[in-house]
Amino acid sequence: MWPETDRVKTLALDVADWPGHRAGQHVDVRLTADDGYQAQRSYSIASAAGGPRVELTVERIDDGEVSPYLTEEAHTGDRFELRGPVGGYFVWDPDPHGAVFLVGGGSGVVPLMAMIRQRAANHDAVPTRLLYSARSWEDVIYRDELERSRNHGEGLEIVFTLTREQPPGWTGYSRRVDRELLSEVAPTELALTFLCGPTPFVEAVAESLVGLGHAPSRIKIERFGPTGG
Amino acid sequence: MPIISRGFKGRRRDDAPRDRVPPGQYVTDDFPVLSAGPTPHTPLDQWDFTIVGEVDERRRWTWDELRALPSETITVDISCVTKWTKLDTIWEGVPVDTLLEGVETSAEYLTAFCDGGYTTNLPLADVTDGQAWVAYGYDGEPLEPEHGGPARLLVPHLYFWKSAKWVRGLRLTATDEPGFWESNGYHNYGDPWKEQRYWGD
Amino acid sequence: MEALRLDGNAAAGLLSEVFVGEMTTAVGTCDGCGSAEPVGAVHVYLAAGTVLRCPHCEAVVMKVVSDGERIWMDLRGLRTLELVP
Repeated sequence: MWPETDRVKTLALDVADWPGHRAGQHVDVRLTADDGYQAQRSYSIASAAGGPRVELTVERIDDGEVSPYLTEEAHTGDRFELRGPVGGYFVWDPDPHGAVFLVGGGSGVVPLMAMIRQRAANHDAVPTRLLYSARSWEDVIYRDELERSRNHGEGLEIVFTLTREQPPGWTGYSRRVDRELLSEVAPTELALTFLCGPTPFVEAVAESLVGLGHAPSRIKIERFGPTGG
Repeated sequence: MPIISRGFKGRRRDDAPRDRVPPGQYVTDDFPVLSAGPTPHTPLDQWDFTIVGEVDERRRWTWDELRALPSETITVDISCVTKWTKLDTIWEGVPVDTLLEGVETSAEYLTAFCDGGYTTNLPLADVTDGQAWVAYGYDGEPLEPEHGGPARLLVPHLYFWKSAKWVRGLRLTATDEPGFWESNGYHNYGDPWKEQRYWGD
Repeated sequence: MEALRLDGNAAAGLLSEVFVGEMTTAVGTCDGCGSAEPVGAVHVYLAAGTVLRCPHCEAVVMKVVSDGERIWMDLRGLRTLELVP
């Protein structure tokens, strides 16, 4: 396990008989207490396919049921049950002649990071742009890795918007993703868009993209709900 | 046997008196929101509550008429089939007995129908004699839309899927007609003290 | 706006208990309005059971209830389901 931010941790799991997965898929995690009480939540897989372990990135939700356990109580050697991987709709499978637009709000960046890692592992050349909305620089998950990726070229561009506070000298976007911001950032080519995050965020972004002329069938959405606690 | 996760407890309270908690339930202080569909938003000037079906004549109340009826404030425990129980919840509403006053019927059952299309079925005997309300206030405030506002049915002695959100009326029926969940696996009656969650329980 | 609304991705695990193969890419045709969408794009509401609704007209296309062993499905709202390997 390792921290990504103050509230977010990545857990690396050894999973017996893991069949492999595709970037973008998720697992359902089930915890059982010793009196039989159970709780279940879905978490996106953060790692690219083929790695030795399955990595899940979990954000601690205050008053959550499962996330406080996974981020604060669980330690190496603990066990829980997984179902999956599931999800063939929201997976990295780009048209090599197109472009890809990844839009993530908060922990919605997790499956998008799996896609970015998969893209790197595959040496995919498809031009890809990530728009990542976070509350502050301290809340950016995978911050160092994203900064390194952005500086390596290889057709991956990363745009951050920090909606609540920005570090000194910040020249990037500092507001919620709106239609105007999208008109400046979304690729103008016929891109395939993967959009992930809390429902209000993704539905507002999807509506704006459609308003800008993006075809709804080219926008794939994965909503994270309040049940993700 | 599921794998036990060391140290996992969840967020339930474990200090409640056991005789108030139906079998298989856990006590929560939250009020989880579970919805089968999008939240309806019928403007109050278009809202009404009707009693229809096997009745001598239809009854209808506008929102203002419903609010003008004598109401009660009651404190009850509620249990959801998804295993959470909430103790001492405070509601304000009109007893269904009041709405049924003077209604002549030979029907023994009813279907509650709601904005958004949800339905649930009940024996008439389970909504009379002080067992059910049309509730428009929760915890001293107007009932919020996500919890069924402007008004929901409240039948606390049965699992809470019977307390239909966004209720718009009762259709009295000669035969029992399984509703939205009762027709697809959930128990037709739903007594939490007998753990009647699913078909065959 | 529906902050609690999810999509077919949230039902993928549950549906994997019933259907062989990947369900979120299966294309369902709504019996209410005739629109066709991948199951991954339908609206999902988690209530006492799981309700899948057409993203165009919000008609119920599927209801799923499970007691941990038995699974009940109401598929009346689904006119056609096209599954591809």
